[in-house]
Amino acid sequence: MTIMQITRYWRIYSALWRNSVAREMSFKGNFILWIIVEALWFALQLCFVGVVFAQTTTVGTWTQWQMVLLVGASNFIQQLYQALFLTNCTNLSELVRTGKMDFLLALPVNTRFIVSTRVVDLGAFVNALLAGCVMAYAAHKLALHPNLAEWCGFGILCLVGVAIHYSLMFILASISFWTVRAQGIVWGYYNLFNIARMPDEAFRGLFKALFTFALPVLLVSNVPVRILAEKWVSPESWALLLALAGLWFFISSRFWKFSLRHYTSASS
Amino acid sequence: MKKYWHVVGIGLQSNLTYRFNYLTRTLFSFIPLFAMVSLWRTIYGNAAGHAPDNGFTEAEMIFYYMLVAVVDVLTAVNEDDWQIAADIREGNISQFLLKPIDYLWYRLGLFFSGRVAFMMMAVFPLGVFLACFHGYCAAPAGYPSFFVFLVSVLLTALLQFFMSYSMAMLAFWLLEISTFIFILFAFEYLASGHLFPLALLPKPLLHGLMFTPFPYLLYFPVGVYMGKVTGQAMWVGLALQAGWVTLGYLGARWMWSRGIKKYSAFGG
Repeated sequence: MTIMQITRYWRIYSALWRNSVAREMSFKGNFILWIIVEALWFALQLCFVGVVFAQTTTVGTWTQWQMVLLVGASNFIQQLYQALFLTNCTNLSELVRTGKMDFLLALPVNTRFIVSTRVVDLGAFVNALLAGCVMAYAAHKLALHPNLAEWCGFGILCLVGVAIHYSLMFILASISFWTVRAQGIVWGYYNLFNIARMPDEAFRGLFKALFTFALPVLLVSNVPVRILAEKWVSPESWALLLALAGLWFFISSRFWKFSLRHYTSASS
Repeated sequence: MKKYWHVVGIGLQSNLTYRFNYLTRTLFSFIPLFAMVSLWRTIYGNAAGHAPDNGFTEAEMIFYYMLVAVVDVLTAVNEDDWQIAADIREGNISQFLLKPIDYLWYRLGLFFSGRVAFMMMAVFPLGVFLACFHGYCAAPAGYPSFFVFLVSVLLTALLQFFMSYSMAMLAFWLLEISTFIFILFAFEYLASGHLFPLALLPKPLLHGLMFTPFPYLLYFPVGVYMGKVTGQAMWVGLALQAGWVTLGYLGARWMWSRGIKKYSAFGG
């Protein structure tokens, strides 16, 4: 990729952003309602933490405020992902069903880029901020004072987490080239990432192995929070998270190319 | 009456074309279910010696989530509310205003067939899951409990349907109702006992909640089966549930009659 290409893509991306801002501002009521919906679901998860810790003092070695930190971080990563990619992933099946994909394929840009980034969900940034505030409060309760290295580690791993969300969801969305039902795909995604906010120590055996080594859902928010909360982190889990993020991104792009070959336009 | 059985038959056929969708849905929903079971096992394992004092043994807690999964398959609305809203928005209901067929009974027929189709597809994976955890399964608390459970499951399904139907009627006034559906769903998820047994809540809160429709969307039949709701409370609960179903039916009718006055067919 040359510098010129990068600046070109940057300009396309900023145009898409301006577009999204204009679109969101024309449905203000809906914009605010979606923020409320997401905030409610977040509150629900926090309620659950409250109920769980009314029964016990620890889950494995996780204490109440550490778990709040975990729920906050998993929500933070999910909202960032949602802001940048989720709508685009779920729209893919609609593009295939209506044949609008033709138009995107004909554009002189990388199709995967334009399919993945067309819409930015600005409301999700508000919810990410909310999750950030909850995390800050939990960190205050835990009397945590992360140093710069820990902050950087946490930030990078959050971005890696976003990449994992994106790769897995993009694979799910690419299935829509064969079956054109988006709702099932979104359902699958939410169920899969539902466990990202659970402490890793709650799991054992095959289930844990599957969601650590194959689908790294249990690493996505557990590893960064462990760093922030100064809990024990094995260097392997770091390496594993990075390696699996790379691997899943690679698989998703191979699968995308494979799926694209199966595309038959709906309109013609 | 016969024509509505016809609707059920047609609905069954069209629903079974999505059998793959149902199967993946069921499989994906096992992920959070299994995670929940693992979490509670860890909590009870932790607290060896001083088990959580909530009236639930470890086995009961795990069985609770399994029963919730079963009742959910039997009673939850799937995509009915979205379809009804789409029918209104796209003007498909115009034909029902001309034909001697009642839209509410028509949709109830489709809901019923959707449940039957879902059950047919879910019974296999759910059976395997229950077999794996058969050690936790328990018989109903007694004959009266089992009888009330059966009646209550039926009422639960009706209440689920009438509430979704009434919500979908908002489409007469609003273009976009998914936010409202998700807000209601968030409350339902918490207050119907989906996330945790409502018995874990503080007593006054639980008593207050039992007067709202939410526990009767899931918790009540499960609680009755497990013998957590017994004696007078069980019969009062059943009466309250029947009351909410009646109110739900009247509400659905009222929303329809108000909406139809507002209705101007799109697309003729």
